[in-house]
Amino acid sequence: MKDVVKEPYKYGFVTDIETEKISKGLNEDIIRLISSKKEEPEYLLNFRLNAFKKWQQMKEPNWAELGYDEINYQDIIYYSAPKQKEKISSLDQVDPKLLETFDKLGIPLTEQKKLTNVAVDAVFDSVSIATTFREELAEHGVIFCSISEAVKNHSDLIEKYLGSVVPATDNYFAALNSAVFSDGSFVYIPKGVTCPMDLSSYFRINSGDSGQFERTLIIAEESSSVSYLEGCTAPMFDTNTLHAAVVELIALDDASIKYSTVQNWYAGNEEGIGGIFNFVTKRGKCLGNRSKISWSQVETGSAITWKYPSCLLLGEESIGEFYSVALTNNLQQADTGTKMIHIGPKTKSTIVSKGISAGKSKNSYRGLVKMGTKAIGAKNYSQCDSMLIGDQASANTFPYITSQQQNSEIEHEASTCRISEDQLFYLQSRGIEFEEAVSMMVSGFCRDVFNQLPMEFAAEADKLLALKLEGSVG
Amino acid sequence: MQTKMKESEPILEVNNLFASTDNLPILKGVSINVYPGEIHAIMGRNGCGKSTLSKIIAGHPSYNITKGEINFLGKNVNSLEPEERAQSGIFLGFQYPIEIPGVSNLEFLRVSTNARRKFLKQEELDTFDFEDLVKEKLELVKMDSAFLSRSVNQGFSGGEKKRNEILQMALLDPAIAILDETDSGLDIDALRIVASGIKKISNNKMGIILITHYQRLLNEIKPDYVHVMSDGQIIKTGGSDLALELEKNGYEWTDNFVKEN
Repeated sequence: MKDVVKEPYKYGFVTDIETEKISKGLNEDIIRLISSKKEEPEYLLNFRLNAFKKWQQMKEPNWAELGYDEINYQDIIYYSAPKQKEKISSLDQVDPKLLETFDKLGIPLTEQKKLTNVAVDAVFDSVSIATTFREELAEHGVIFCSISEAVKNHSDLIEKYLGSVVPATDNYFAALNSAVFSDGSFVYIPKGVTCPMDLSSYFRINSGDSGQFERTLIIAEESSSVSYLEGCTAPMFDTNTLHAAVVELIALDDASIKYSTVQNWYAGNEEGIGGIFNFVTKRGKCLGNRSKISWSQVETGSAITWKYPSCLLLGEESIGEFYSVALTNNLQQADTGTKMIHIGPKTKSTIVSKGISAGKSKNSYRGLVKMGTKAIGAKNYSQCDSMLIGDQASANTFPYITSQQQNSEIEHEASTCRISEDQLFYLQSRGIEFEEAVSMMVSGFCRDVFNQLPMEFAAEADKLLALKLEGSVG
Repeated sequence: MQTKMKESEPILEVNNLFASTDNLPILKGVSINVYPGEIHAIMGRNGCGKSTLSKIIAGHPSYNITKGEINFLGKNVNSLEPEERAQSGIFLGFQYPIEIPGVSNLEFLRVSTNARRKFLKQEELDTFDFEDLVKEKLELVKMDSAFLSRSVNQGFSGGEKKRNEILQMALLDPAIAILDETDSGLDIDALRIVASGIKKISNNKMGIILITHYQRLLNEIKPDYVHVMSDGQIIKTGGSDLALELEKNGYEWTDNFVKEN
């Protein structure tokens, strides 16, 4: 098989912009400083301090199939923001360099160029730069803004829901995030409203020595629905950058939230130097009856991915879904999956996970399906498929199943396949280029998941996988 | 041995070809020339090297050419990638078409057809135009359009797989088609359908090599030349009656042949 020239990570540029950074390290004073910079109310400062206290007593988890050098939490900058004029009232006042950055990333923000069918919240390092279509959304009563703004303007909702799905003490990285979270997106869909357009957050890490700790909170009131997209990129640095986000979703009676992610953080180079350490806690609570939360994710980036978007199925007949494609290449490591916790009766969950491992990478699916004592008539279906490319990559599946309710069903299927030379030859002998043949087979493998993604995202994901795999076979 | 004078240039010239896999010699000096409009049959026992010959002509990466050359339309293709050979008009119909889960047959056929069309400087077809074309070609092999929405060869019966191969041949309109045991695993009806498809696709510019064990395909498609292969060499070449003799006497009969040329 042949070698193909690799296309470099095309989002690896750094924006040269004056930033305001606080000093390295983590202690109570730093947390107070972050909180005061954001002019936060006292309950939030207490939330942070409490989380920090708990975090200090916690141990970094080591049960995942991951190997990495110890993270020095005192060597990280916990707040970094591009310097801007004090108060920004419109996009015209945003530093053109920032607008240009997002332009280059394919996320134009200005009035003339902005995407027409998606509202975007653009987050640069620790702060949200701009949110488009706010007025249009406001007409429907939809709130879409940065979480910092929500703290100021919708404090009641923040106080009520922040930490209600992922408690500050949930796990090591969630506690860290709760202590130092900088910015992120906030979405509120009022009762009976179908959000008129997709909402999207775009996270950009720019600084090499800062961590990114964003926090997203989405609340869907009774009979409302929203589709939310998340994208992420970072420059190429030869150091590792820590990203520890928390996402909380709440769906009330008959509400539905669809959360799609295309994660393309910088993955490090072929020798495994650099790249993002991605430790993320994502969880949705189907609080209401017949509510639905659907996670779909395409994970292609990061040196390390540790991520288990989960659903707590409380409401009767509530539905949880998890559709995932995780691709690892070179020396990337991913340990990802989901948790479906069935608490209410007649709750249903579906898990479809596709792991693709190329190069010398390591790709594990780890999932938990739990049927609680009251989950009468609950059902789960899980399907975990792995595809190996080359002979040095590894794939693992760790399904954990516990059931306390006899009258419930759990179904699990798993498979592993390898792209064979004969399959490739067959496609090539029909005039299809080698790289295209590989990508056809990979996207064929991922079809069940891509079908769940919003249209533009699916095409994007397809291209992204092809790009990530270039030169990996041979 | 072809002695007849030809007016045109050969489509395919295989010259004294030696090839091996894992240092094991498989082909030991094969020569064969195919001119426009000709149908050649290559017969021989299992393991004689006839399937290998077809894969090497198509560019399979597992085999190394150690000596000799393959010229296609006057150009040496020894070092071309399989996709380059396919685009320029070499078609291999597989004995065992492989299943490719998840890849839609329609999309596969379209990408493949467009790769060939691009080479021929013809306009590439979008999904709608392609569907029109493919439906017309489906008739040739009496395939139902339901095949198009399935994954490539997945869950196809043996006969369906072979018909899918001939459908590809029809779409790609090759300069030379090498059909490796296209008749194996087919019942009589399916064999007739496949054979009639091949005949309809063939024309006086196309060369065809049929690799087969049996006479029955050759009853349907009469070859101009029959070559008998044994141990990596062509040991005898004759007209269509050679196949009949083989049918009558079995391969043991050929064991006595002294290698010609």
